Amino acid sequence: MNPRPSYAIGTGLFILLGFAALAYLATQTTSVANIRRGDSYTLKARFQNIGQLKARAPVKIAGVRIGDVQSIALEPQRMDALVTMSIDKQYNDIPDDSSAAIFTSGLLGDQYVGLEPGGSPTFLKNGDEMVLTQSAMSIENLIGKFLVNGGPKSSSSSAAPASSAPPPSGKP
Amino acid sequence: MNANLRRNWILQGIASVGDCGLFFVAVLGALPKSVRYWRETCRQVWFVGAMSLVIVMTCGLFVGMVLALQLYYTLSIFGGTAALGTVVALSLFRELGPVVTALLVAGRAGTAVTAEIGLMRATDQLDAMSMMAVDPLAYVASPRFLAGVIAMPLLACVFNAMGIFGGHLVGVTWLGLDNGTFWGNMTSTVSLQRDILDGLYKSIVFGGVVSLIAVFQGYTAPPTSEGVAYSTTRTVVFSSIVILAFDFVMTAFMT
Repeated sequence: MNPRPSYAIGTGLFILLGFAALAYLATQTTSVANIRRGDSYTLKARFQNIGQLKARAPVKIAGVRIGDVQSIALEPQRMDALVTMSIDKQYNDIPDDSSAAIFTSGLLGDQYVGLEPGGSPTFLKNGDEMVLTQSAMSIENLIGKFLVNGGPKSSSSSAAPASSAPPPSGKP
Repeated sequence: MNANLRRNWILQGIASVGDCGLFFVAVLGALPKSVRYWRETCRQVWFVGAMSLVIVMTCGLFVGMVLALQLYYTLSIFGGTAALGTVVALSLFRELGPVVTALLVAGRAGTAVTAEIGLMRATDQLDAMSMMAVDPLAYVASPRFLAGVIAMPLLACVFNAMGIFGGHLVGVTWLGLDNGTFWGNMTSTVSLQRDILDGLYKSIVFGGVVSLIAVFQGYTAPPTSEGVAYSTTRTVVFSSIVILAFDFVMTAFMT
């Protein structure tokens, strides 16, 4: 074995540093590290309007991330959006009368699905569908409602309107 | 006379592009033969990559810092400073990281490669290699080309990481943005596939382009001290133009 040239160490260190930087960028500045494809189960929810919700958006309870949105599809018969969410296995005691709503994090932030737990003693299981949903807040609709009604009336103060009710009059 | 001269000039430009393309094919053809000179490739990676680390890291830090400062000012007009981390990361990964790294490497390593090969040509070292049945394409050109392709993406990653660090330094430590907002908005928007890997592909192409131009200019340099000087200048000029043009084309295809 001939002695290793001195630049070999420098080259090795440089390559290691480059890959370390790549690993740092991939794990620390993207959401790759947040996706735990460990044990999870899926829940479904139907929304009249999902706004800007995208696949891989977080699913939260009380602001804590418990899973993410797996897929979003339009259901042809009912013409509403079927959102499939994968939830961490450790959060398997979500009451089956919980409601799902689409919120925006901050003014410019991304949209996420927020679950509000109910009080039922039975829990949601794998593949269950959540019945109570609330669509994404649409500013256009809000403005339209405001203009039509001439001011805010205490119309929608309840926390979770049923999904079957169509969104209020401003819908185009 | 004018028309004739101009036609000549244009024809010469086209011919040199063609020469460069043929040279590229020749270098690619010599790549398999250059495998046994892997020590030379290793030494070139050290020269192009490791020796460029200091300038790349310093520039990355300052680019990240100035980016955060400028974007903070712009975003504060719209009340959107929470998006600072996202915008700094996306600008760095998608655009500034690959491009600025390529320009720096063209200036630091490309010129050295051109001057080195040009002087080899001027002092008949390349001919001497051919006499000894050592293919100068496989021993001199291919390792330097390969080293550029290997080193450039790694350098761009280091540049990006330092840029994020600089942006964090200015945005969070100096301007008082919330640490969680900075990272949280960044991680929820930046995508590995769409942003980081796209930037990486760009810098691989830039690495090939810069080292090809540097090696080609050195290889075809007139064997005089003036010729080597002009070739070194041309390396920087052509590299910069081609990097920015390729950047536009690749961005247009990728987005």
